[in-house]
Amino acid sequence: MSYVPMCLGNPGKKSYVPMCLKRKQDYKFFKINPMGTNKKLSIFIRKEFYHILRDRRTLLILLGMPAVLVLLFGFAISNEIKNADIGVLDYAQNDQSQRLTQRLSASEYFTLALPLHSTQEIEEAFRAGSIKMAVVLPPKFGEETARGLPGSLQLIADGTDPNTATTLSNYASAIIGDFLQEQQPLQQQPMVIQTEVRMLYNAGLKSVFMFVPGVMTVILMLVSAMMTSIAITREKEVGTMEVLLASPLPPPLIVIGKVIPYILLALANTAVILLLGTEVFGMPIRGNYALLWLECFLFVLTALSLGILISTRTDSQQVAMLFSLMVLMLPTILLSGFIFPIESMPLPLQVISNIIPAKWFIIILKDVMLKGGGMELVWQETLILLGMTVFFIALSVRSFNIRLA
Amino acid sequence: MNHAITANNLTKRFGDFTAVDAISFEVDKGEIFGFLGANGAGKTTAMRMLTGLSRPTEGEAMVAGYDVYREPEQIKRRIGYMSQKFSLYEDLKVRENIRFYGGIYGLPRKQVRQEADRLIEELGMSEFANSLVSGIPLGWRQKLAFSIAILHRPAIVFLDEPTGGVDPVTRRQFWEMIYKTANEGTTVFVTTHYMDEAEYCNRVSIMVEGRIAALDTPQAMKASFGVETMNEVFLRLTRPGGGNT
Amino acid sequence: MIQTQNLRKSYGTTPALRGINLQVQPGELFGLIGPDGAGKTTLIRILATLLLADEGSAQLDHKDVVADYRAIRRSIGYMPGRFSLYQDLTVEENLTFFATIFGTTIEENYELIRDIYVQLEPFKDRRAGKLSGGMKQKLALCCALIHKPTVLLLDEPTTGVDPVSRQEFWEMLQRLKAKNITILVSTPYMDEASLCDRVALMQDGAILQVDEPDSIVNSYDKPLLAVKTANIYQLIQDLRQFEPAHTVFPFGEYVHLSLKSVVWPELIHGYLLDRGHADIEIKQAMPTIEDIFMEKSQV
Repeated sequence: MSYVPMCLGNPGKKSYVPMCLKRKQDYKFFKINPMGTNKKLSIFIRKEFYHILRDRRTLLILLGMPAVLVLLFGFAISNEIKNADIGVLDYAQNDQSQRLTQRLSASEYFTLALPLHSTQEIEEAFRAGSIKMAVVLPPKFGEETARGLPGSLQLIADGTDPNTATTLSNYASAIIGDFLQEQQPLQQQPMVIQTEVRMLYNAGLKSVFMFVPGVMTVILMLVSAMMTSIAITREKEVGTMEVLLASPLPPPLIVIGKVIPYILLALANTAVILLLGTEVFGMPIRGNYALLWLECFLFVLTALSLGILISTRTDSQQVAMLFSLMVLMLPTILLSGFIFPIESMPLPLQVISNIIPAKWFIIILKDVMLKGGGMELVWQETLILLGMTVFFIALSVRSFNIRLA
Repeated sequence: MNHAITANNLTKRFGDFTAVDAISFEVDKGEIFGFLGANGAGKTTAMRMLTGLSRPTEGEAMVAGYDVYREPEQIKRRIGYMSQKFSLYEDLKVRENIRFYGGIYGLPRKQVRQEADRLIEELGMSEFANSLVSGIPLGWRQKLAFSIAILHRPAIVFLDEPTGGVDPVTRRQFWEMIYKTANEGTTVFVTTHYMDEAEYCNRVSIMVEGRIAALDTPQAMKASFGVETMNEVFLRLTRPGGGNT
Repeated sequence: MIQTQNLRKSYGTTPALRGINLQVQPGELFGLIGPDGAGKTTLIRILATLLLADEGSAQLDHKDVVADYRAIRRSIGYMPGRFSLYQDLTVEENLTFFATIFGTTIEENYELIRDIYVQLEPFKDRRAGKLSGGMKQKLALCCALIHKPTVLLLDEPTTGVDPVSRQEFWEMLQRLKAKNITILVSTPYMDEASLCDRVALMQDGAILQVDEPDSIVNSYDKPLLAVKTANIYQLIQDLRQFEPAHTVFPFGEYVHLSLKSVVWPELIHGYLLDRGHADIEIKQAMPTIEDIFMEKSQV
């Protein structure tokens, strides 16, 4: 038995050799059949894992970064506001207005900093920076609501910080809307309905619900596209690609072997992010788990095909990294709707955002996780991603060189 | 004082590992001194100490009249350095490289310009003067790199494997430049493991495992081992038991 | 075993190969000798099916390097110019990896690499990146041999390696040759020519001469003298002014002086004395490959 394979740390692969292949010449023939390919692929993947596991620093970043990003966005960089100082200018001074004021200051979002007595004081308070928002309650506040007319209640926010201003006024309208509905449970008021629609699927307006899909997209892009493009170009740079190409290893096998470990790594990261999102931040997954994972897998493939495409066009790790950062990461962060809402972008950017895979993936994630939608809700986006993946793979197969340069 | 370099029990340790083990030697002014040894024999470490880049653990050394412990900055001003691996910026033009290195050594702008013209003229490189270094043939690059290393007229020039891979004719032209430089009084210190480069030196030392195993003229060394080439001398010293197996 | 017909290749406007015709016999140890930029690497890469020539054709074992590249990739062992193994994998992991991708095992072809591998065995758990230069080359050779190739293509395997390892490497090649493997090896070291069966001298993308090393040396047809005085630099300058001189090149401790026609050494001695030289030594010199190379490349 001189042909017992000596796999790295896995000498038990004898089962690949059918009984009839006892003699050496049989084995020679056996080399070119698909099962030989299996073994080549498995050692290739194992080799790739050695690279990943032995580069401790990169590994730490790859495994640690998703957690750090989620926690960072969840806790620190949240645009969620807690205990913002507000002032209330109460012209009504009646029972209803007192109760609303109380309700506002009882919420975790607002703290009543000071009572206001005139419109002049509002401006002074803003200038002094002692309040972030002022609520002006009209005279006869409760009475008008009793007649079913929308109260001409005024929210004044500090426009120098538009994000905070928008968030604060959203929170306030939500609370006020709730309050009004409690007062008039039978009469639906247009304004109340409006507010409620806004809050659907994310009643607490938790920003972490926006960030988890975003962070997940960025991480999957990073691990799948950037890391694979770097890993493949590294072989070119070090010169090992030359040896691999001069060997009988089929070029597609080289690519598949390099890519599989990163698929696994990307899916592991997905699990970490989902776990943190649900356990630490209480984010719901209302949709089908299997569908969610399938969509993640699809996006990983999209990103991988982009990574491979980059690696076929570049020869150095440095260029691959810069290229991935500029062409993949920045649009993923800026134009996908992760941080800046697509609706508020200028039209040309809105058009461009359509060719960014991350945009579609974020929509899918939100639909599946928050809305609990199934395939019937996300089939369009899924098809778009699928189309992009096929396109990129076809493109990289075309430009993959079986020779040097 | 007549020596360009004196080293006395010069030693460098990294933890438990002694990279350079109490080496002592002298290099005369205007001499071409070959500093040979296999990879990892301690050549690079020794040269770093002599060029003021690394502080010795023990021993003494004077380079160009200055102490390697107390006056490394003075030393750096009086030496030139060239290595095959890195010498010139490939993405700069020939003239830009000359100007850059001239600037590093604080030569006046006008002088740098004149020197650049003179160099390009002497090397017969006028057709390349305004091309990027990456685009000119290797042999020219090596000659240019050497000329730049002696642009500021250093007392000693250190050459690190200067002519590996260069064609024989260019290599000869290169060595002629070295002879000329030495003839003008500059000391030339060549570290190399290419034995054919050793044959051109006035004297050579051969390092084996951190120590100087032999130091003499190439002729005397070959004679004492009764062999024809420096390569054989080297094999005898580093592989006891004979070189021809 | 290896044939090329009028191979041409350019990178942009820079020609790398200008029409290479080469025949390497089965079982031959054939050297491509030339400086950096001569086109050695380009030629070897074309033969290793890694580059396409602009013009001309090449066959290994009667298989065309373009049409039958898959078959060739199965039967060649290729060692690129720089160290191209996985530095973060151990010696054994590298070897196992390359064995497996060639569809074989270390055991199956151990016989072929045994001589080399015994030297590596003590370090088999060491990462390849931590090996000395000589050891790296041995490992790379093992990896190139693990599938029992019929042709070995080695691109500058001894560059940057110290003399001891260089000699050991050539000894290994001699043993492989004895096992009937055809070896094409490139090197910038002229003195390694004598270790090959036949060599091709290359410069600027062209072959200057192909022959056995001895025949090449014997083809030198001019009187050649080795001259030495106290001042070598001055000596070179003065000999260049010497009318009968053909070429004057420093050559180690001597200066090689080739003459247009036979000149009595006494005449040269007198000429040098007149110019104030001391310790004059003049002797007959045996031409070396380098002398030939310089002579040929100057034409």
